[in-house]
Amino acid sequence: MAQAPALPVGFELPLEARLPRIGAVDAVALEARAGELAKRSIKKDAKVWALLLAIRTTDLTTLEGADTPGKAAAVASKARRPDPSDPSVPSCAAVCVYPNLIPAVRERLGDSGVKVAAVATGFPSGQYPTAIKVADVRSAVELGADEIDMVIDRGAFLSGRYAKVYDEIVQVKEACGAAHLKVILETGELGTYDNVRRATLLAIAAGADFVKTSTGKISPAATLPVALCMLEAVRDVYEETGRRVGFKAAGGVRAAKQAIQNLVLVHETLGPEWLTPDLYRLGASSLLNDILMQLRKERTGAYQSGDYFTLD
Amino acid sequence: MSDRLPVKKTYKLFIGGAFPRSESGRTYEAEGQNVARASRKDARDAVKAARAAQPGWAAATAYNRGQVIYRLAEMVESRLEEFSLLCSGPDEVAAAIDRIVWYAGWADKLPQVLGGSNPVAGPYFNFTVPEPTGVVAVLAPEEPPLLGLVSRILPPLVGGNSVIAVASEARPLAAIELAEAIATSDVPGGVVNLLTGSAAELSPWLASHMDVNAIDLAGANGNTAELERAAAENVKRVVHGRADVQSPWEIAAFLEQKTVWHPMRL
Amino acid sequence: MAELETQQGGLAVPDGWTYAPAPESTDIVRIAERYGHYVGGEWLEASEIYETIAPRDESPLATIGQATKADVENAVAAARNAYADGWSSLPGSERAKYLFRIARILQERAREFAVLESLNGGKPIKESRDVDVPLAAAHFFYYAGWADKLEYAFPNRRPRPVGVAGQIIPWNFPLLMLAWKVAPALACGNTVVLKPAETTPLTALLFCDVLRQAELPPGVVNIVTGDGRTGAALVESEGVDKIAFTGSTEVGKAIQRQLAGSGKKLTLELGGKAANIVFDDCALDQAVEGIVNGIYFNQGHVCCAGSRLFVQESIYEPLVEKLKRRLTTLRVGDPLDKNTDVGAINSAMQLEKIKELVASGEEEGAEIYQPPCVLPEKGYWFAPTVFTNVAQSYRIAQEEIFGPVLSVLTFRTPDEAVEKANNTPYGLSAGVWTEKGSRILWMAQRLRAGVVWANTYNRFDPTSPFGGYKESGFGREGGRHGLEPYLRFDD
Repeated sequence: MAQAPALPVGFELPLEARLPRIGAVDAVALEARAGELAKRSIKKDAKVWALLLAIRTTDLTTLEGADTPGKAAAVASKARRPDPSDPSVPSCAAVCVYPNLIPAVRERLGDSGVKVAAVATGFPSGQYPTAIKVADVRSAVELGADEIDMVIDRGAFLSGRYAKVYDEIVQVKEACGAAHLKVILETGELGTYDNVRRATLLAIAAGADFVKTSTGKISPAATLPVALCMLEAVRDVYEETGRRVGFKAAGGVRAAKQAIQNLVLVHETLGPEWLTPDLYRLGASSLLNDILMQLRKERTGAYQSGDYFTLD
Repeated sequence: MSDRLPVKKTYKLFIGGAFPRSESGRTYEAEGQNVARASRKDARDAVKAARAAQPGWAAATAYNRGQVIYRLAEMVESRLEEFSLLCSGPDEVAAAIDRIVWYAGWADKLPQVLGGSNPVAGPYFNFTVPEPTGVVAVLAPEEPPLLGLVSRILPPLVGGNSVIAVASEARPLAAIELAEAIATSDVPGGVVNLLTGSAAELSPWLASHMDVNAIDLAGANGNTAELERAAAENVKRVVHGRADVQSPWEIAAFLEQKTVWHPMRL
Repeated sequence: MAELETQQGGLAVPDGWTYAPAPESTDIVRIAERYGHYVGGEWLEASEIYETIAPRDESPLATIGQATKADVENAVAAARNAYADGWSSLPGSERAKYLFRIARILQERAREFAVLESLNGGKPIKESRDVDVPLAAAHFFYYAGWADKLEYAFPNRRPRPVGVAGQIIPWNFPLLMLAWKVAPALACGNTVVLKPAETTPLTALLFCDVLRQAELPPGVVNIVTGDGRTGAALVESEGVDKIAFTGSTEVGKAIQRQLAGSGKKLTLELGGKAANIVFDDCALDQAVEGIVNGIYFNQGHVCCAGSRLFVQESIYEPLVEKLKRRLTTLRVGDPLDKNTDVGAINSAMQLEKIKELVASGEEEGAEIYQPPCVLPEKGYWFAPTVFTNVAQSYRIAQEEIFGPVLSVLTFRTPDEAVEKANNTPYGLSAGVWTEKGSRILWMAQRLRAGVVWANTYNRFDPTSPFGGYKESGFGREGGRHGLEPYLRFDD
C-alpha cells in the first residue's frame, strides 16, 4: 500500500474496525451553530472585502455532457476577467471542467495565473475499477490540469470497505504528480454528519490537499452544517499535526449571501489565515454573477439586474 | 349604486393547493350554481396530493400547525358575511370559527394528554407518543354545510394528517368558500383537499384506496357496511365521526401511538 | 504557511477580517419620557419616580414610577374588581381569544420589543430577537389554547381560578418572564398585578399597549413598577390570593417566610448553580458550543446557567483547549449590534457582585482565563471568564455569580459526577454530554434538578415545564404543569 503523510493520532490502519468509532457529531447542535454563524451581518467594507475574496477563491465550473471547447473557453474568459467594466474585480482561482475540455481552457487562460482544475476518477459516480480511475487522473494531468478534483468511492465507504477508499486516494495522489488533489466526499450521499467527519479524516489521512463537499450533481450539497463539520475535522488535524488541508465548498452555493456565510464559517472556525485561495475554494457557476451584482450594488447603491452582466 | 353586472364565481375543486375543474369536465347544479362534479380520478389525484404533502405537515412543529390553523380562523372570520349566506347564518359561522380556534389550541398539547412515559418494571425508559396516521378521507355530513365540514376536517388536520374531504352534495358552496380560506391560511398545498360532487359515487373509491390510512364515514348515508368492507383491504382506521362534538378524542381517532424503549444505565 | 492578503482592490484589512458595525436601528421603538402605573386599563401618574437607563452606556431612557403601598393596593383592587366583574366567569373560549390576540400582536410588533429589550436590559439583539420575543409570543399562544380545555388538563378535579395573582419578575428575561407569568394566570381565569424588575421596566410598560390593542378588559392585567419595596407591598397585600416570584433565593425565602400561615398560594423560581457534565465520549465540538451557550448566553444572567463545568478527566486537556480557543471568537459589545454575542451586564450592582466573586476566585487559588477583549469605556461590561483548578469549596463553585464566569472541575466516573452535581443546595438544572443514550437516561434519573438538558443546553419551550428542586424553588412554569399554580381544585 502506498505511503501517506502524517496521520492524526489514533488513526492507524487497518481502518475497518476503528473508523466507525471515530468522531461523533451531534446533528442538532452542529446545525444550530451553523445557523448562528449564518446570522452574522457583514456590511459595507467588510462585505466588499468578502465578496472580492469569494471571487478570488472561486473555481468557476462547467461540468455538463454538452460542454464544448467553445463553451469551456467562454467560461475561462469569464474566470479570467469576471467584470470587464470593473478592473478592481480580481480573477477567479481556477476553472473546473471535464478532462476533454482542458486544452480549450488552457489556451484561453494563457499565463493569467488562473488554474486549470479537472474532475477525474469517473466523476461524478466513481463507480469504476481503480485502475481506470487512476488512468483518468494521469491523462488529465498530461492534458495540463494543475488541480485534480477526485471522487471517493461512496459504495466502498458505505459498505465499510474503508481501506479500499483510502488506498484509491493514495494512488490518485501519486498519479497527480505536481498537481494538487481535491477529494470530493459527496456528503449528500453519506447520510450522517458522523460519516462526513469520518470521510474527511480518511481523505486527509490518505493525502488530500483539499477536502471538497460535493460533485454538485446531487442535492443536498454544500450546506453550512456540512461545511462546518468538515472544517472542524480540518481544524482537528491542524491542531494535532500542524498540517493545513484546504476546504472547498461546491454545489448549491448560488447566492452571494451564502458565499459570505461560508467565509464566516471558515473565519470563525479556523481563523483569518485560512481565508486564501491556497486553503479555501468555492465551486460555483451562477454564483459569480450574483457576487458581481452585489458588488455593483455596494458601489452604486441600487439593486441590479442580470441583463447587465454577461453570462460567460 | 348603478345596475352593475357582478362577476360570477366559478366553483371548482381544491386539490394540491390549486383549484382545478374536474378532469371529467362534469358539473352539477347546486344552490343555483354550476359546481364541479368530482370523478374517481379527481379523488385519486387528491389522494396523491395528500400523500405528498403529509410528511411536511407532520414534520412541522406543533406550534406551527397550531398557528396555521389559528390563521384559518382569522381567514374565516374575515369572510363572516360571505359564509353566512352559504349556511344557516352567522351563528353557524361563529360556531365554526370558534371550533377552529378550539382545535388550533390542541396542536401543541396532544402528547401531554394522549401520551406520556410508562413506568415499566425494568431499567428502561419507556414513552408513548401519538403520531398522525397519514392520509385521511372524510365524508362530510350533509348538514350543517359549514360546521359539519369543519367539525370533521379539523380533528385529523390538527394531529398532522392530510385530508381529502367530500363536501355536502346538496350544499357544497360553503366547502368551496372554506377551500379559499384554507388556500390563504399558509396551509401547505395538498394538506387539505376538497371535492364536490356525489359522495355516493366517490366514497367507494376512497374507501378502497390502498394509500388512504383512515376514513371518516360521517357523511356516508346508508351504505356504511359496504364502505367498511372495502376499507378492510388495507386495514384502514374507520371512524364514525360526529359533527356535533369537539373533543381531543376526535383528534385521537386519527393518531397512532408509538411506544419506545431505551435502557437506563451507565 | 499561506500569507494573509491585506490589500484587495484598495481596501486594506488590518488583522484578518473585521466585521463592520451592524447596528439594529432604535428608530422602531418610541419610548415615552415618563411612565406611570397601568391600573384598571388606565395610566395613573406616579407620585414617586426614578430613572431607568441603558446599561450599554448608562444613558437615561425614561422616568419610571416607584409604586407606593397605596399604588399597589390600588392595583390589587382593580384586579379584584376585574376578576369579580366578569373575567372569572367569562367562558374559557373567550379568554382564549384574548390571549391569542395578545400572542399575534406580540408577533406583529416583535422587532419593536426586541430592540427595547436589548436597549433596556443589555442582552444582544440577536438573543432578544431570536429567543426572548418569539418565546414570549409562543407562551401566550400555548396557554391561550388551554384556557377552554382545563378539564382535560386535570380530569375529574373541577379546576377553578385562584383569584388575584401578584407576580414579581426578574431583569434577565423581562418580557419572557412576563409572558411566563401572565399567560397561564389569565388562561386559568385569574387577574394579575405584575411588578417588573427595577432595572428593566420598559418592555412590560410597552406590553400595556398590546393589552390596549387586544382590547383586554380593564383591570385584568395591572402593571406597577418599582424596586424591592413595591414587591414587598405586593406580597403583603391582603387582596392577593397567590404570589409568583422569580428572583434570588434570598428574597424567595423572605417571601416564603412572609406568607407563612396566610393560606396564600406561592410559587418560587429561584437561583441555581447548575452542573454541566461532559463525558469523554461526547460529540466534542458540539459539547464546547453547549458549554459556551450554557454560561455566556445572556451574559450568564440565567438562573439555570451551566456555571459548574464538570469535565471527565480523560478528556480534560483537549476540551479545555478547545473551550479557551472558542472564547476568542466571542464578540463582546454593543447589545444593539447584530454581531454581538455577549452584551452588557445589566447593572452596576450586578457588575460589582461579579467582580467581587471573580476576585475571590483568584484569591482562593483558581486559575483565571479571559480572552483578549476590548470593552467599551461607558456602560457595564465583563469579559467572558473561565476558572480552572477550581475546588468545590471555592466561593465561585458554591455561590451563584449570575455573570459570564465559568468554573471548571473534573470527575472520573458517572457516580462521582452525579454526587458532585447534586452536592449543592440548589437544584434547578443540569447538563449531560455523552453520545451514549443509556447513560443520559441514567444520569437524568439521578440528577436532582428540575430540568436536565442532554446534549444541549438552555432550551426553553412553552410546552416544557421549568422549575427547580430544593432551594431553586418550587412550582413549574410551562407545559400542562404550569397551569397548576393558577388553579384551585375541588378535590
